[in-house]
Amino acid sequence: MFALRGIRKAFGQTVVLDGIDLIIEPGTTAALIGPSGCGKSTLLRLMNGLIKPDAGEVAFDGRPLEPSTLTAVRRRVGYVVQEGGLFAHLTAQQNVTLLGRRLGWSRTDARQRALELAELVQLDASLLARFPHELSGGQRQRVALMRALANDPEALLLDEPLGALDPMVRADLQDELKELFNRLDKTVVLVTHDLAEAQHLASRVVLLHEGTIAQDGPHEALLHEPASDFVRRFVSAQRRLHGLEGAAS
Amino acid sequence: MIGRVALLILCLASIARAQETLTIGSKSFTESVLLGEILAERAARDGLRVEHKASLRGTRLVFEAVKSGAVDVYPEYTGTLLREVFADRGLSTEAELRDVLADIGLAMSEPIGFNNTYAIGVMPPTAERLGLTTISDLRGAPDLTFGFTNEFIERNDGWRALRDAYGLPQTNIEGIDHDLGYQALGSGAIDAKEIYTTDAKIQSMGIIVLSDDLGHFPRYDAVWIYRIDLAQRMPEALVAIESLTGVLDEAAMSALNAQVDVEGREERDVARNYFDTGGISSGTLTLSERIRQAVGEIPLRTAEHAVLVGVSMLLAIAIAVPLGVLAAHSRKFEQAVLGASGILQTIPSLALLALLVSLLAITGQIPTIIALFVYSLLPIVRTTHAGLTQISQAVRDSARSLGLPRGRMLLDIELPLALPSIFAGIKTAVVINVGTATLGGFIAAGGYGVPILAGIRRVDTVLILAGLVPAALMAVALTLLLDGIERFLSPAGARRR
Repeated sequence: MFALRGIRKAFGQTVVLDGIDLIIEPGTTAALIGPSGCGKSTLLRLMNGLIKPDAGEVAFDGRPLEPSTLTAVRRRVGYVVQEGGLFAHLTAQQNVTLLGRRLGWSRTDARQRALELAELVQLDASLLARFPHELSGGQRQRVALMRALANDPEALLLDEPLGALDPMVRADLQDELKELFNRLDKTVVLVTHDLAEAQHLASRVVLLHEGTIAQDGPHEALLHEPASDFVRRFVSAQRRLHGLEGAAS
Repeated sequence: MIGRVALLILCLASIARAQETLTIGSKSFTESVLLGEILAERAARDGLRVEHKASLRGTRLVFEAVKSGAVDVYPEYTGTLLREVFADRGLSTEAELRDVLADIGLAMSEPIGFNNTYAIGVMPPTAERLGLTTISDLRGAPDLTFGFTNEFIERNDGWRALRDAYGLPQTNIEGIDHDLGYQALGSGAIDAKEIYTTDAKIQSMGIIVLSDDLGHFPRYDAVWIYRIDLAQRMPEALVAIESLTGVLDEAAMSALNAQVDVEGREERDVARNYFDTGGISSGTLTLSERIRQAVGEIPLRTAEHAVLVGVSMLLAIAIAVPLGVLAAHSRKFEQAVLGASGILQTIPSLALLALLVSLLAITGQIPTIIALFVYSLLPIVRTTHAGLTQISQAVRDSARSLGLPRGRMLLDIELPLALPSIFAGIKTAVVINVGTATLGGFIAAGGYGVPILAGIRRVDTVLILAGLVPAALMAVALTLLLDGIERFLSPAGARRR
């Protein structure tokens, strides 16, 4: 579905991605993981053309991203960011159905779709009339997910979708997301810094380190066959953290 | 029947439109406005269509206006022409003056009848204490503070020439408006000021006029300066102008001035009274009469002010919001747009008005609206830019990743999110605009500036308030209106309140 080849990206003097090759097969759920600054969010933003690589090529469904095809590609790829990125001046329903309405959905169609999506992400339908500032963090992320799913995209890009939520809500939403991914059968690329979350949600884990891929494979491979010393240290740090989180909850 | 009446009305209307208008100018002091009104009244009584562009700021402006044809005729003084307008020509006789005027299409009437020259005035206690009777006596009082108009300080026959002619030692020179200067003289804030020999205040304040013992000041005979083409275009206007020569001596003019400056009457009423009763005063207006007179003018001034503010604001919004969008979206234009609108804002408002009047060769609403438009740009450009650039990366990415068309993204997401910021700029601009629009009074644009400037000129608090209070109310009303529009446009913002 996504094919990235020889990707290099720098912001000013700082090289963020340096020679990334990555292919995401249709129907897989992949997690991009790594410490802060490893370039995982940048990689995600390259996939729907929010930024352009300095070198290399990004292709979606076999075709390289070009300015002329970008709008069409974006409509086939849903995108959710950490803080939800909801439009503050629109209600939850308007956020979800904005593009659809512009593409010609009737008021009734829009309402119908919003209700379906609300059920899908388990959002109380009465909340659809609220503005983002009237919703809780978890509700906002559900609405953001609804918006990303509204036009039935083939792929979802999720940039730390649960990153800003408190642990209880986060655990609930993790389970819901897992179920949702299973049910929808879409290609999902998920950015997270939490190995447990990656394990829970994704069948494939791509660990990034300083702009390169440190290891790419199933979760078990990272645990049992670490490709480098960095991978070993990252995994053990995550386990310690996970242990602490487990003790707390 | 109805058809025939309509036809008749149409014919009359077209005749009225075809008839030319005599445009009279005057400078921003009582005597000039009054002379303008007297000529306007005379011409109107002779059946001419008349427009009086009253209180134009300074000699340069009104002379440029008559030269360019924006004005047909205005009252001027021979001394001002010889020593100020044509100072570089070295003219000495009236015949030479008529020649240079004719070269630029202008003519000069016979004298109106009085010589309103400059003099230096002091209050009686100062005169007694220092024994002042002539300008030469001022040499012995170097510590006196002089309050002069900026025009008197700058002009070639003004303060510098006087100082050189008499060898005056004073260095404390305050720049102050002519009419405010009388208040300053009365309160002792200044010790001496330039006066006109027909000023009403000489009598009413008991000012001592120091005699020009070296004969420095030239004669300032009042005359009409008019366009030569008036003889063909409106011969009747010429008759009206000529009928107003040799009719007013210093005492008569001074008495008319006093009816405005001391008794508090409108120049128009005094002019009407001049023809009805020969200029005999009917006594000082009572406070309630003055209030009624001032309040009666408010609806007209409100309408004029609303046009100045409304048109300039709509233009500013129509231009500034797209400029703000451009600045926010293009790094290339960002500095240019913000810099240019910032520079425009630093031009002093009176200087911009004067510049526009001389560039466009017209006075009145259009240059005022342009100036107001220019001043309203910056706040709106800046807040539009700020409102758009402060939209978070998360929201921006979310919007772009939806795959909305570019234009829809601006209309559906960016502008609505920037709306509170844009409206903050519009509200700032409208308050500045309402205040600055009063300067339109200087160039005959109408509005609240007319009573305010007349009030300053005549030291009449009632008139000043009749302009200030409605201007403040208009600013408040427009701000509330904009609040309402903003609430209407942004349901989320409304819910938040």
